[in-house]
Amino acid sequence: MPALIKDGTISENTWHLISKDTDLSEAIENRGNQIMVHISLWQEHKDELAASSKNIAVWLDSDDDAYDLASDVGDLPLIAVNFPVFKDGRSFSNAAILRQRMSFKGELRAIGDVLRDQMFYMKKCGINSFELSDAIDAEEALAAFTDFADNYQSTVEDPAPLFRRR
Amino acid sequence: MYIYDAYDKQMLEDRITQFRDQTRRFLAGELSEEQFLPLRLQNGLYIQRLAPMLRVAIPYGCLSSVQLRKLASIARDYDKGYAHFSTRQNIQYNWPVLEQVPELLAELADVEMHAIQTSGNCIRNTTTDQFAGVAVGEIEDSRPWCEIIRQWSTFHPEFAYLPRKFKIAVCGTPNDQAATQVHDIGLYIKKNAEGEIGFQVLVGGGLGRTPVIGAQICDFLPWKHLLTYLDAIMRVYNRFGRRDNKYKARIKILVKAIGADAFREKVEAEWQHDKDGQATLTEEEVNRCKGFFADPDYEEHIDKDASVETHAGTDLLFSHWLERNVTNHKKPGYRIVTLCLKETGVATGDLTDGQMDFVANLADKFSFGEVRVTHVQNLVLTDVRLKDLYELFQACKQESLATPYVGLLNDMVCCPGGDFCSLANAKSIPIAESIQRRFEDFERQKNIGDITLNISGCMNACGHHHVGNIGILGVDKKGAEFYQVTLGGSADRQTAIGKVLGPSFAQEDMPDVIEKIIDVYLNNREDGENFLNTYKRIGIEPYKESVYASAD
Repeated sequence: MPALIKDGTISENTWHLISKDTDLSEAIENRGNQIMVHISLWQEHKDELAASSKNIAVWLDSDDDAYDLASDVGDLPLIAVNFPVFKDGRSFSNAAILRQRMSFKGELRAIGDVLRDQMFYMKKCGINSFELSDAIDAEEALAAFTDFADNYQSTVEDPAPLFRRR
Repeated sequence: MYIYDAYDKQMLEDRITQFRDQTRRFLAGELSEEQFLPLRLQNGLYIQRLAPMLRVAIPYGCLSSVQLRKLASIARDYDKGYAHFSTRQNIQYNWPVLEQVPELLAELADVEMHAIQTSGNCIRNTTTDQFAGVAVGEIEDSRPWCEIIRQWSTFHPEFAYLPRKFKIAVCGTPNDQAATQVHDIGLYIKKNAEGEIGFQVLVGGGLGRTPVIGAQICDFLPWKHLLTYLDAIMRVYNRFGRRDNKYKARIKILVKAIGADAFREKVEAEWQHDKDGQATLTEEEVNRCKGFFADPDYEEHIDKDASVETHAGTDLLFSHWLERNVTNHKKPGYRIVTLCLKETGVATGDLTDGQMDFVANLADKFSFGEVRVTHVQNLVLTDVRLKDLYELFQACKQESLATPYVGLLNDMVCCPGGDFCSLANAKSIPIAESIQRRFEDFERQKNIGDITLNISGCMNACGHHHVGNIGILGVDKKGAEFYQVTLGGSADRQTAIGKVLGPSFAQEDMPDVIEKIIDVYLNNREDGENFLNTYKRIGIEPYKESVYASAD
């Protein structure tokens, strides 16, 4: 399992990522008890997945629409947003939409090509857990959360922009 | 000018610490070239043809004399004694050493300057009309609004990895010298019938490979909604802008693909959630920002000064300079003076460290210690007393800064081109110089009158060639450098994209080609008609006939 930082500490990673092209039976056969399925599988087999003995989380690729999860956010313990390549910034918006527009309160996880130097921004967009590639030293990556002492904008983490606080 | 408080300073310090560590990790091999790329770009650092290039932000073109002196000392200490003012009101150093860049950035921070988001796929330096705050008939000073946008766009966590770069211009002057309509977002400040301030919002303008004039998506956005509306536009772009092809990734392609109406609907739908939310601007914040741009202590009752006319009568160059480089000011007794950085034989927009120090001293002596940078690569002293004009002119003459060309043919815009830039298809500086030499005679330029000539060394259009009355684009033809000419572009409130004249030309033919184009104009113009209006009246055909006739 890749290393995980959750709520600012290095944590055990217990969720199994089920790839996009996996079908329902394959997904349910996964030996893990907690599985993250792609939104397309979730939308197609919501009932079957719910009826299985597994804990189900959903992951969104960068070209998926977070608004499509509008009716589900209350039921999901974890939603992951994928960064297929670090340059693809769409998942910053999907993360913010899940928190701001759909009031998702569960774990919001960044997966894929997550760079240490993006984690500060990700956190501001409401992401609270980070799956790190082997190349990243999780201990060192923790420092990313203090890259900046403050920010100007209204963000998921601090809805009041600096001009309302200065 | 805006002055940093503890928050602004802290953010800049944090950024330098962060970049110092990123540079260290890159040099230690912990970050790959590819991973370091967006990080260094968002700190203004390109790897160019000969060396790294560092682009330093000059927020909306405003500089203090202290800052300009720092830019001069950096040119001296980290570079080869000069720097280049770009068409985005920024300044570029062509020879810094990567290892020294964090140090250089720390020096910039001492004078509240930085290179943040001057490149990369993020929101770039916001630009505006260089006469903001002093223009006659101004609707509203754009500088406080630019500062509000600067803060909102700096380190915006959601929009640091956009499909492509993103440029915003704000204009509150009647003439628009900011090329507002060819920006990703163009904001015209307006007043409604009740006298309230708002913004006309244009999106999807831009130059580059696909030149487009921005489409209006909001006729009047009340000021307090500025940031929530910008957030909504950015979110729509970040989510739906194309990422599969970098040449189709700008917002203009998205707006064209779905149409301005559909784009507006998406923005409005997104905006409804945040409208009147926490990011809604407060009167307190706007007033705080406006406070930094209050008028300086202008003297009263100095409306008239006989010395100007006396000197103009005896000094021909001064009278030319008065006519071309000096503009009326909102305050009687004051003038706006443009220092033209277009001396023939000097790369357009380049200034030596000595000249920068010199201009800083002029600003202190004559213009309340402030300098503006224009997107046509000149410098401006905004607040010069009428009675100081002659002394200022004489001082400028000694440093080759009194060229009386403003708005004339030789006041051309030119990107660094193939001499420096690794993106360029062709050189642009030698083209500019060969044309300048041909038209060097001032009387000749004066007879031609108001005209804009813009040169870009490649499709990326840093020289804004599409919106020059005459545009020149460097193209690569089987390894040889050729130049395509467009006519009829303009970047003002009646923005137009130039039309291609025809097949491209060899470098050595360019002065002749431009001369023929000018001759067609001179032979066809009617009383008082400028180049652009003659073109609009007679169309492109007569120019084609003349330019291509001899080739048959």
